Amino acid sequence: MPIPVYNGPWDKSMAAHLVRRTMFGPTPADIQNALGKGLTGAVDALLATVATPAEPIAYLKTGAVAEGQPWAESTYEAGAENVRLTFLQSWWIDIMLKQTFSVNEKMTLFWANHFSTGSQQVKDSRYMYRQNAVLREQALGSVKDLVREITFDPAMLRYLSGSTNTKQSPNENFGREVQELFSIGKGPEVAPGDYTNYTEADVKAAARVLTGWSDVTSGISAKFTASNHDTGSKTFSARYGGRVITGRTGEIGARQEIDELITMIFDQAETARAIVRKLYRWFVDYVITTDTERDIIEPLAASLRTNNFEIKPVLRELFLSAHFYDNERIGCTIKTPVDLVIGTVRLFHVPDIFPDDLKKSHWAYRAMRKTLATMQIDLFSPPNVAGWPAYYQAPAFHELWINADTLQKRVRFTNELMKDGYQLDEAYEKSFADVFVIKDWVRDPHDAAKLVDDLVELFFPVAILPEQRQALIDIILEGQPASAWVVAWSAWEGSPDDAVAKAVVETRLRNLLKFMLAMAEYQVC
Amino acid sequence: MKRRTFLRNSATAAALPVLLNGLPVTAFGRSPLLDALDAAPCQDRVLVLIQLNGGNDGLNTLVPLDQYAEYQAARANIAIEESTLLKLTNATGLHPKMTGLSQLYSNGKVRVIQAVGYAVPNYSHFRSTDIWLSASDSEEVISTGWMGRYLEGAYPGFPLGYPNASMPDPLAIQIGSVISPGLEGVASNMGMAFTDPNSYFNISNQNTPVGVGRRAGTELRYVRDIGQQIERFATPVKNAAGKAKNKSTRYPAAKTNLLADQLKIVAQLIAGGLKTRIYIVSQSGYDTHSFQVQGGAGTPVPHGTLLEQLSVAIDAFQDDIKLLGVEDRVVGLTFSEFGRRIKSNSSGGTDHGAAAPVFLFGSSVKSGILGQNPTIPTTVSVDDNLPMQFDFRSVYATLLRDWFCVDQATVNSLLNRDFGHLDLFDGISTTSVMDHLADTGSALFIAPNPAHALVSIGFSAPEGRVSIALFDATGRQIATAGELMHNGIASSMSIDVSALASGNYYVRLEHATGAIVKPLIVQR
Repeated sequence: MPIPVYNGPWDKSMAAHLVRRTMFGPTPADIQNALGKGLTGAVDALLATVATPAEPIAYLKTGAVAEGQPWAESTYEAGAENVRLTFLQSWWIDIMLKQTFSVNEKMTLFWANHFSTGSQQVKDSRYMYRQNAVLREQALGSVKDLVREITFDPAMLRYLSGSTNTKQSPNENFGREVQELFSIGKGPEVAPGDYTNYTEADVKAAARVLTGWSDVTSGISAKFTASNHDTGSKTFSARYGGRVITGRTGEIGARQEIDELITMIFDQAETARAIVRKLYRWFVDYVITTDTERDIIEPLAASLRTNNFEIKPVLRELFLSAHFYDNERIGCTIKTPVDLVIGTVRLFHVPDIFPDDLKKSHWAYRAMRKTLATMQIDLFSPPNVAGWPAYYQAPAFHELWINADTLQKRVRFTNELMKDGYQLDEAYEKSFADVFVIKDWVRDPHDAAKLVDDLVELFFPVAILPEQRQALIDIILEGQPASAWVVAWSAWEGSPDDAVAKAVVETRLRNLLKFMLAMAEYQVC
Repeated sequence: MKRRTFLRNSATAAALPVLLNGLPVTAFGRSPLLDALDAAPCQDRVLVLIQLNGGNDGLNTLVPLDQYAEYQAARANIAIEESTLLKLTNATGLHPKMTGLSQLYSNGKVRVIQAVGYAVPNYSHFRSTDIWLSASDSEEVISTGWMGRYLEGAYPGFPLGYPNASMPDPLAIQIGSVISPGLEGVASNMGMAFTDPNSYFNISNQNTPVGVGRRAGTELRYVRDIGQQIERFATPVKNAAGKAKNKSTRYPAAKTNLLADQLKIVAQLIAGGLKTRIYIVSQSGYDTHSFQVQGGAGTPVPHGTLLEQLSVAIDAFQDDIKLLGVEDRVVGLTFSEFGRRIKSNSSGGTDHGAAAPVFLFGSSVKSGILGQNPTIPTTVSVDDNLPMQFDFRSVYATLLRDWFCVDQATVNSLLNRDFGHLDLFDGISTTSVMDHLADTGSALFIAPNPAHALVSIGFSAPEGRVSIALFDATGRQIATAGELMHNGIASSMSIDVSALASGNYYVRLEHATGAIVKPLIVQR
């Protein structure tokens, strides 16, 4: 039974809520877009297939690869590897910054967390790229297919030791995580080695199914080695109904075994629930009450199964639901570092971040990558196979993004971008957001109160107190009458190149924006 | 000047500004400069800046009794009745509502500085405020503040490691939600806002507005709680606020005089032992374009009421810090972004002008009036202003040197050049200033006057730098007649006014310890 659909008014605040949760940003244009399309139109547009981005390039000549050339299909070069990883990170940041009206980027990050894989272990950025391309391409497709794909993913074969999982010396790593983290999830340990949904015996059995596969660097693919495959039959525990996967020989047989394994796991009702819960925590709220479990998770899990584990129809149902737009869901998530950094940079035009010069754009992205890393999201380097704790560590979940250290860094970032200067790279002077873009975002920039109101609506998912509003207005007016701001804005409008007139307006705008983006309201989403 | 040249690689303190009930307080980190003072005899000294927003009408604040007729003629609809003025001297009267300040003056605790301004008047509130707070020239944009420059570049690692045993408190505290451009550079690095220290620690109990979801409220509280944890100066400020109770009974009831409310907090924090050196408070409403005198329904707060509040607040504050035993450590300075026109307008108000008097108060100031009454022309046009007698930066320079004990070379570098040194404090040696010159420090003779061609300017001034400039009737500097090193012996120079239109002009002599302004009439 589908969950109840939202039939309340489709206004700016609801449209903003939808794009806040599904994109990094959003920009006023994103909100207008969502508003203009109507609820269903906006949701469908967000879920539409997006163009596949071009392969990552060498932002500067590296090894045998010339500047501007793709390297993902060229040979591995040990000396170039560290730099290639930074190219890859820049590539991802570039795509995120230039994201179109789509949920795809947020879903790609979702899968990168779900199928957490660390570049430090994989040690080949071509592999990391290939995996990211798969996640991106199939971001809204079948999660069951994706698990199958990931099983043969060269990066994952390296990361979770699949490549060394042989009949002679089985390695349980992937066999465990494919259940614990990628699909059905670990339930309470009700008896030694029995995790409710599966047991230690199932880990061993799965590992045996998975034997024989390893990564090959040429072509970056999975290779089957018959002699390494355990051809014996694998018996699973009562948690899987005592299912036996018949041992087979040869590559085709081994693939069949894996298909059976994945189907067996996905046939368990708990698997769809686990996936839906994770989507829910990503898009809606980390708190899942028993009511939510019953009214939202369970129906969506049923929907996921009915739809052959396709993500798109489930997200569609979720984003159209009354539950999603319930006032309790507004502003209740904490922004990920990516939301904060990419979102803020997307929102404000930062001239130096999109230079024509390849090298310089890379350096800019590299600085942003470092900023993200200090806030605890390092692209292509999640902390461990479980991904970021904000999505699994109860009871704090999203609150783990914010602590005394990261909050300082988050506020410093927005302070710098708005006012103090953000150091993109040693090669740059400090960069500043173009704060004058706000003139296109507000009804009337001459009116300090309206300006504040419109920015509050844009930046914050929730309303603020009248005292807060007044204080924000005071930041612009500095104790002067409202007419002083009218005069100042008009003076700049009348002569935009007048340095003094510009400085007068710019100083107040920067003060205001710096202050607003440092408010707690900007940390929630 | 490019702003980025002023911005340094800052390790920004990152407390979340929390805007809740009560008066927000912005705290700033300590400066190495002021820190160095910890070893000096001036270590306990505090400066309280009172910013009068809107442009205070100096002529109705301080009335030149010796030119009352001209004053009355220029602004008949707002002129203050001569007999009601509070006489500071035979020549100068204070607004009748400023009885508290007048009493303080009688007690030797007020230094009045006449006609403070800058060379080319700017009539924009914001721009003029920026000039005052950045201590820039009229045409120059500087994005740091004169106080903020103390910090610029001096503590590259700030705020790491602060507060610590030797620097436990904020450098500067601003009461009010607006971060003063005067502390810019500071705010970039250390900006943090919190409410009235007495209510600050209730932040996490604060409600979100009606309509915000319970879950969102939970997360907002969480973020604010963390923000509070990283508010490095919260504890010392809270402790200071907890240690001292205000003692003066002269404070008006809370929320009836917002400036008094702010100063009350300042007194409490100083007496509570905070080592903070600079406090900034503000009072708004001085943009008196209409109904300046007679209020009434739907009209702005009259100028007299604003001055009364100012006077009451300063009086209560001064009484409080005396009772609290910290009086000798504190001086206060009032200032406004500009004064107002000499001539009133037909709405019973005054438009944006130029120079105006400022008040320096405290037990350490040299009492009396520095400078002479401005000259009010016999016939006044709507655009006419009072030219500056004292460059506002000479006041800053003196405060930095005499009150904060900053060496002259550093003062000059903070203010970008030498603005001389004024006679503002008691018991502070001002090097070579001769006693008989201490008041105006100089003499200036203009002949012939009126003039039409060559004018002879005779002057005497203390030894040192001297500059002579010509101002027009709008208070605008139109020419500098020369800058020279003066040997202390009376000198003269000639200027040619034959290219000037007929009208009122002023010759301004600035020297190492003051300035003097005299009218010059050009007649064709």
